[in-house]
Amino acid sequence: MLNYIFKRLLSAIPFVIMVSMTVFVLIQLPPGDYVDSWAAQQAQSGETPDPATLADMRHQFGLDRPMIVQYGSWIAGMVQGDFGRSFAKNAQVTELVGERIGLTLILSVASLMLTWMLALPIGIYSAVCRYSLGDYIFTLLGFVGLAIPHFLLALVMMYVGVKYFGHDVTGLMSAQYEGQPWTWAKWMDLCSHLWIPMIILGLGSTASLIRILRANLIDQLYMPYVVTARAKGLSEVKLLCKYPVRIALNPFVSTIGWILPNLISGAVIVSIVLNLNTVGPVLYEALMSQDIYLSGTILLVVCALTVVGTLLSDILLVILDPRIRFEQ
Amino acid sequence: MDTSVKKQTGDVVLDVRNLKTYFGTGDKAVHAVDDISFKIMRGKTLCIVGESGSGKSVTARSILQIVDPPGKIVSGEVIYYGKDPAGQDLAKLNDRGKEIRSIRGHEISMIFQEPMTSLSPIHTIGNQICEAILLHQNVDKEEARNRAIELLRRVEIPNPGVAIDKYTFEYSGGMRQRAMIAMALACNPKILIADEPTTALDVTTQAEILALIKELQESYGMAVLFITHDMGVVAEIADEIGVMRNGQMVEFGTAEQIFYEAKNPYTLELIDSVRKLENSARAVRKNTATERKIMEIRNVSKIYPARSTFMGKTNPPFKALDNVSLDVYEGENLGIVGESGSGKTTLGNCVIRVLSCSGGEVLYRMGDGRIADLAKAGQHELRQVHREIRMVFQDPFASLNPRMTVGQIVGEPLLVGKTHTGAALRKRVEELLGMVGLPGEAAERYPHAFSGGQRQRIGIARALALNPRVIIADEATSALDVTLRSQVLDLLLDLQETMNLTFILVSHDIGVIRYFCDRVAVMYKGQIVEHGPAMKICSEPDHPYTKALISAVPGTHPRDKRIVNRHRYNAETEGVKMGGN
Repeated sequence: MLNYIFKRLLSAIPFVIMVSMTVFVLIQLPPGDYVDSWAAQQAQSGETPDPATLADMRHQFGLDRPMIVQYGSWIAGMVQGDFGRSFAKNAQVTELVGERIGLTLILSVASLMLTWMLALPIGIYSAVCRYSLGDYIFTLLGFVGLAIPHFLLALVMMYVGVKYFGHDVTGLMSAQYEGQPWTWAKWMDLCSHLWIPMIILGLGSTASLIRILRANLIDQLYMPYVVTARAKGLSEVKLLCKYPVRIALNPFVSTIGWILPNLISGAVIVSIVLNLNTVGPVLYEALMSQDIYLSGTILLVVCALTVVGTLLSDILLVILDPRIRFEQ
Repeated sequence: MDTSVKKQTGDVVLDVRNLKTYFGTGDKAVHAVDDISFKIMRGKTLCIVGESGSGKSVTARSILQIVDPPGKIVSGEVIYYGKDPAGQDLAKLNDRGKEIRSIRGHEISMIFQEPMTSLSPIHTIGNQICEAILLHQNVDKEEARNRAIELLRRVEIPNPGVAIDKYTFEYSGGMRQRAMIAMALACNPKILIADEPTTALDVTTQAEILALIKELQESYGMAVLFITHDMGVVAEIADEIGVMRNGQMVEFGTAEQIFYEAKNPYTLELIDSVRKLENSARAVRKNTATERKIMEIRNVSKIYPARSTFMGKTNPPFKALDNVSLDVYEGENLGIVGESGSGKTTLGNCVIRVLSCSGGEVLYRMGDGRIADLAKAGQHELRQVHREIRMVFQDPFASLNPRMTVGQIVGEPLLVGKTHTGAALRKRVEELLGMVGLPGEAAERYPHAFSGGQRQRIGIARALALNPRVIIADEATSALDVTLRSQVLDLLLDLQETMNLTFILVSHDIGVIRYFCDRVAVMYKGQIVEHGPAMKICSEPDHPYTKALISAVPGTHPRDKRIVNRHRYNAETEGVKMGGN
């Protein structure tokens, strides 16, 4: 088991390196660089910076060096814990992103939990009582959930929240706690703000998970081993939980791998709409202004989280299913 | 058996009266079990025999009320004489209620056909056996575990203390069925219902499981309700026999009555179809075999290399075929027989180069006289060879594409070979369907419209399309009901006479081999242990393994009890050269 985890971790290293290269090349692909977009911004406000200033800035930021050298210094810094500076915000990337990544993770995990809590019982119900009225209702709701774009749901929820509950719906915490150390009160404030984005982000994936679980469970419900268990004298509920649900759970666990990046990229627009200080909006701004170190770092962290998520789900699968443990 | 036993009502343990189980309601309902009555005697074996779809499995499941929806018991009584000497009607109990659950697995337990899928793949064997013990008996976990180990020892699983913590996929098919039996016996049931428990097993394993059930039945004093389609198995174990067809019991009687004095024509047909396979059909037909070799298989090996698993364990290389040499003569029927895993299918696949050989050569004399080495032939040469050597597969349901019409399926080799198009193609397809006894209109329909036997005919028509010289039939009749089996074999023999065919028949079924083949090669663990004329191998084999194989085949006479007196083979202790019994 440890051997397996070690091997998987080892194999993740070249993968992350490859991703870091791809990310770096990709964010440099659009024509121009940060200085160009800065100059364009200045030009909009009526000032035209002279070419010497621009060249000077380029030199200062190191943008005049070949791409491979820039990549090398970025990676070299990263090894020492220095992820580079943001040009636009004139601050260390770690300062800008650090807390936001934490908040993003909290939001993601919370939505994941909500997704599971809803999808598991509903999926089991839909499979066991399929083609019943309840199944049709959940199916309909599920498809509606799948079809509604997140940002629209966010707008509707904001309206409902403000109009009927008088709830402060924007941001992940009240203004007085921004930038303050983590106290109990700040935690409670976070929790009271968390539920709206949590519902918005969780509902979409709930719908698809219900469908996956329902289909998987229906396949399992008539397997001979279920009949065997029934012939043994097990009660229906015990039987259901011990055998078919256990086996139909595999795709559930697999979702950990893909749900993290999904929530982060899906969260961008929702975060902008709801003004959440997750990494989403920062990533968006950084990409727009070609702030390479900032956007590169965020993308790399998201990728690393995905790798970790997949690893987690693989380890869980190995624990859950002996067939995976013993076979190749 | 003494028929007076039947009159002693105190010996009845289960009395099924006018049982009806329907699937669906109203006019469209399928009458799976339609007004059936029978009694099970304490300590005796009742066999219910019938072909697929006859309702025998549903009957068994109705007793415990575990019929899959939408199946439902419509009327009738299932009186169980257990604790209550006046009897308890199981059919009246709520199918999810406590009462029926305390009977399931406790008083009446059940074993199933497919031991792989009938046990949970993700729980250990011990977990599943202990569950049954803990459900019905007031013991703690440790005591349950000890009892489970004892049960595993009882069903002759080696090293039960270790085996209890293994998963199903670490067991062989026979061991899984033993574990299943151990689970069923966990609470000393009064009745054991066995639903085709040996159908998925090799004959030698089947013989062992049957002997085990018989032995346990005697020591536990259980009644056994045995569901099977195999008259041979019935002859071996039954005290009483019920013959089912289309949801009804067409005949019921003691084993002697059914086998020697049957009156119902369907019962007679069932018995005949099995007895027919005890003789050779080749002996009474024109001998088509010649002295000319059509194929020489020389030292063919197939080795699957060592591979390391995910967890770092290394599996040793596996020799599926170990230096196999065999000649095939033009016009003969060569049988390759062996248990699953003996390499017989691999040999067939290597000959036609579906699998590549690891070594050796397969010299094939083509229609134009050239000799081609199939083990090394290039793409172009193989294409020519594949026109002359065709295959018929085991599963007539899986080997036909459900989205193609029968005409497209049969005509596909002609289209690929670019020999026929348009009207000529249609005419040829009709001709081929005629040859296998199907009407020309069949071409327009899809495979699902046909029964298993008809589908196998379609598969044969496809194999015949290009006028082949050799047909490799891999378990071509295994998936068919007994009454269809000899029909399909007769069809192949008829075709052989008209088309000058050579057959290589791969099968685990000695009856089929004896009926169909001139010569037989017996395979065991990748090697040919014995080969020679079919009649000799099937009646007086030399090799101890062949002896064990032949003696494990169920007979058709209840008086013989062949399996009890069978010859057991153990390669380690007997050695290859040892003769005698």
